[in-house]
Amino acid sequence: MHQNTVAEIAAALRAGEVSSRELTEQLLARIEQLDPQINSLITITAEQARNAADAADARLRSGDGGPLTGVPLIHKDIFCTDGVRTTCGSRMLEPFQAPYDATVVQRMAGAGAVMLGKANMDEFAMGSSNESSYFGPVRNPWDLDAVPGGSSGGSAAAVAARLAPAATGTDTGGSIRQPAALSGICGLKPTYGRVSRYGMVAFASSLDQAGPFARTAEDLAILLGAMAGVDGRDSTSVDHVVPDYCEGLNRSIRGLRVGVPAEFFGEGLDTDVRSRVEAALKTLEGEGAELVEINLPNMELALPAYYVIAPAEASSNLARFDGVRYGHRCSEPQSLEDLYKRSRAEGFGDEVKRRILIGTYALSAGYYDAYYRKAQQVRRLVADDFRKALEKVDVLAGPTSPTPAFDIGERADDPVSMYLSDIYTLGVNLAGLPGLSVPAGFSRGRPVGLQLIGGYFDEARLLNVAHKYQQVTDWHKQVPEGFE
Amino acid sequence: MKWETVIGLEIHAQLSTRTKIFSGAPTAYGAEPNTQACPVDLGLPGVLPVLNREAVRMAVKFGLAVGGQVTSRSSFARKNYFYPDLPKGYQISQYDEPIVEGGHLDIDLEDGSTKRIGITRAHLEEDAGKSLHEDFHGMTGVDLNRAGTPLMEIVSEPDLRSPQEAAAYMRKLHALVRYLEICDGNMQEGSFRCDANVSVRPVGQTEFGTRAELKNLNSFRFVERALEYEVERQIDLLESGGEVVQETRLYDVDRGVTRSMRTKEEANDYRYFPDPDLLPVEVDEALIADVRETLPELPDEKRRRFEQEYGLPAYDAGVLTATREMADYFEQAVSESGGFAKRTANLLMSELLAYLNKDGLEITECPVTPQMLGTLVARVEDETLSSRGAKDVFEAMWAGEGDPDTVIESKGLKQVTDTSAIEALVDEALANNPQQLEQYRAGKEKLFGFFVGQVMKASGGKANPQQVNELLKKKLGSSS
Amino acid sequence: MAIEAKEVQAIAHLARIQVDDAAVEGYARDLSGILDFVEQMGAVDTAGVDPMAHPFDATQRLRPDEVTEPNRRDHYQAGAPAVEAGLYLVPRVVE
Repeated sequence: MHQNTVAEIAAALRAGEVSSRELTEQLLARIEQLDPQINSLITITAEQARNAADAADARLRSGDGGPLTGVPLIHKDIFCTDGVRTTCGSRMLEPFQAPYDATVVQRMAGAGAVMLGKANMDEFAMGSSNESSYFGPVRNPWDLDAVPGGSSGGSAAAVAARLAPAATGTDTGGSIRQPAALSGICGLKPTYGRVSRYGMVAFASSLDQAGPFARTAEDLAILLGAMAGVDGRDSTSVDHVVPDYCEGLNRSIRGLRVGVPAEFFGEGLDTDVRSRVEAALKTLEGEGAELVEINLPNMELALPAYYVIAPAEASSNLARFDGVRYGHRCSEPQSLEDLYKRSRAEGFGDEVKRRILIGTYALSAGYYDAYYRKAQQVRRLVADDFRKALEKVDVLAGPTSPTPAFDIGERADDPVSMYLSDIYTLGVNLAGLPGLSVPAGFSRGRPVGLQLIGGYFDEARLLNVAHKYQQVTDWHKQVPEGFE
Repeated sequence: MKWETVIGLEIHAQLSTRTKIFSGAPTAYGAEPNTQACPVDLGLPGVLPVLNREAVRMAVKFGLAVGGQVTSRSSFARKNYFYPDLPKGYQISQYDEPIVEGGHLDIDLEDGSTKRIGITRAHLEEDAGKSLHEDFHGMTGVDLNRAGTPLMEIVSEPDLRSPQEAAAYMRKLHALVRYLEICDGNMQEGSFRCDANVSVRPVGQTEFGTRAELKNLNSFRFVERALEYEVERQIDLLESGGEVVQETRLYDVDRGVTRSMRTKEEANDYRYFPDPDLLPVEVDEALIADVRETLPELPDEKRRRFEQEYGLPAYDAGVLTATREMADYFEQAVSESGGFAKRTANLLMSELLAYLNKDGLEITECPVTPQMLGTLVARVEDETLSSRGAKDVFEAMWAGEGDPDTVIESKGLKQVTDTSAIEALVDEALANNPQQLEQYRAGKEKLFGFFVGQVMKASGGKANPQQVNELLKKKLGSSS
Repeated sequence: MAIEAKEVQAIAHLARIQVDDAAVEGYARDLSGILDFVEQMGAVDTAGVDPMAHPFDATQRLRPDEVTEPNRRDHYQAGAPAVEAGLYLVPRVVE
């Protein structure tokens, strides 16, 4: 059943055609066999998975099962899990076991989902290629020489490789949508505050948002329904009704106004990606949507603003990793300062250090106004552009990433060229809007994603558009060679 | 040269909430190390702060009580620095948008006048943990129980002109936060801590001199002494041609001096920025109105009322309203006495305060209840007891010998008010002292007191002195 | 804007990260490169624009003052690098 979607698996489980335990064993075996090729998992939780599957089967037998009961999934290793280590892709947290579950983990477990393991990721979610993980790079199932995207690269690769029908991820500047695009699956970054951040190791608190990966928009709808909702432990989570995201999936998109931002099709966009995305837009038009050219004048500034705000918040968020209460501690510290400096130098990788240093610099005396404050002002301009655009149209559409997956190592030495791969996604995080990536074809065998951006809390509409698109395309049904 | 002292105080009052400012862990003092530190207080990965409503209400209450502006929108920032007792690597504190702006407190000066001291702001923040420097194989131990305890930092304007004014302000503020029941004021436990900014300048100069910051002045006495020392030090320095250095100094209680904190003076760069985990705090009119309902009568109002309602002198009203507990005690006792406020005030201020002071007790620990004191006053007023007898009864009550009536009974202190009985004693005294009687009649009127004494002695102190006086006057006068 | 090696060390000290002399030049180059493209922001006039700290203009939700966290010290300290008598140990702090 590993080729089946969440919706199909859930139906089969409820019909008693398969048990969660059987499914779990199948997928665990598949992980054991195939994951060494792609390195998508840091920790495999076979025992916990079997126990959870048995409990889910009992629930299903008693008729008490919900849409996720018994469905296997993988959590990004940024979500804290009580009793299972949470590394965040870092040596700093290599042995760390959180004494609590993240709200997302708790909600998924409460819905009866079965955690198979914890997914590899860029260290502390800082990266767009999954190469910065202390646990080694993740490979793209479509081309093992290529990156899967990042930072949620393990989650995306695992779902693309059919190691699980679904996974969770987090998106600070594109870390769900970009790897979904590069790995040929669906990924949704909800509106900021839609899903609780509690228990999610923080990268940039005003941008971070958790969301699901799956192969169809319908599955994303099921998963989001289980993840979303206000949480007393996260005061930035929003108390806004959680609709039934599946309800409107089949609604016609006739008359839907789709804004196409000119800035998403400028210099730097790969010609293949451009033609795939343009074809996808044509498909939407074919379904009755109306394409409207639109402008996001300050779009170009989203990238520099992001690379001030995110590192600044990160420099502060990562100060707690000091070798005192948990995590890596250097051997035989000679003084308090030595303890701090060596523990952090040894525990963090290069990209994390770079961002901490940039963030520290941007907040330091004399530079705050020129960098941090300026970036926050630019953030408002970028957000206002989106707001104005979304007053004219229902959704925005364009490429998720300017290029298909690049080769492992290709951009490793040039941080700025790496940052450019999030150029179309991070503005959405600055504005706090929901965004979704859906498979839209291939370029030289590597997947291309179509990004849909909606108004605040308008996830249902994005899911509807993506679902309608998937009804008339079959990109998501293609399977990477070797992972059939 | 004549110098003028300029002092501003920063007071940290620990708010009396049940739980931490950003977590549901308890705030009780004195628990085993790290047993009251939950994941949020420990700064574990992924946890988030959620603001305690009560801490906000307490800050609003304070703002209203000092006539400050409760801001409709305030926000939290992060103050970033590394220290073992600071688990997240930053302290969450209100920075450029505090919850209370402006306000004032009136203090009493020695000459009997009052002076208005401006309050710049009051803001909410979290406390840090504690580093224990006892020797753990050459290591320092960190206890994070206190981490995340809510603090309100109250910053005064540089309006204080002497160490005495500073101490008066601190006392006044201490009484106020306790009146408001937002801080227990326990200075030993660190619930009420004071830092001072102090500088001197030549009289007449308008700009401020270079200031030193004195840290952790944790008693009223130390504040005054430390400031006196520091003012003296700065004046000596300037008069001998030196310069005051802007620095942080610690008061050394044992030696009575302030000394520079010898930590490496690296420029602190706290990199403040708005805390992205905490949205701005909104305080609307409804919340303000709701908190206003809970405001108790404030010390100054109470004092004015005591003067008017009980006819007390300003000084007495000031002493009796110094703490809410004292004022409550007094009012209960007055009510019990049948409304004899002046005598209640006298007994409270002479006897009760002296005894409390002697035994080092607080009014809340007093073995004599307000009911007992009130009854005692009533017994003096109804002439069951003489004033002298009242002192004896008080002493016995303090020693735990029971309520006034029991003591009067057991000690036989009931005053003799029967005129014929006193008259008999007067006659006896005159008869027994013919020589003195003769001298008195010869004009030595000083001897009147001698006869009073004789009568009182004969009565065992129980005769009503006023009656004795009247009868003696009548007898002596009638024969002259 | 170019960041000098000396500045890298000053920032690294603020961030409490040991940076070996051999690595300083590399960081100086990377950080300078990042700052160069960050400075594109200078091109837009932001005078009078209200800085945006949060994605939307919501306000803080408050928590009731109720104890919800029991003592779970042993659980929380299970992975601590150095603990004694319930205290976290660090190299001696000189006050």
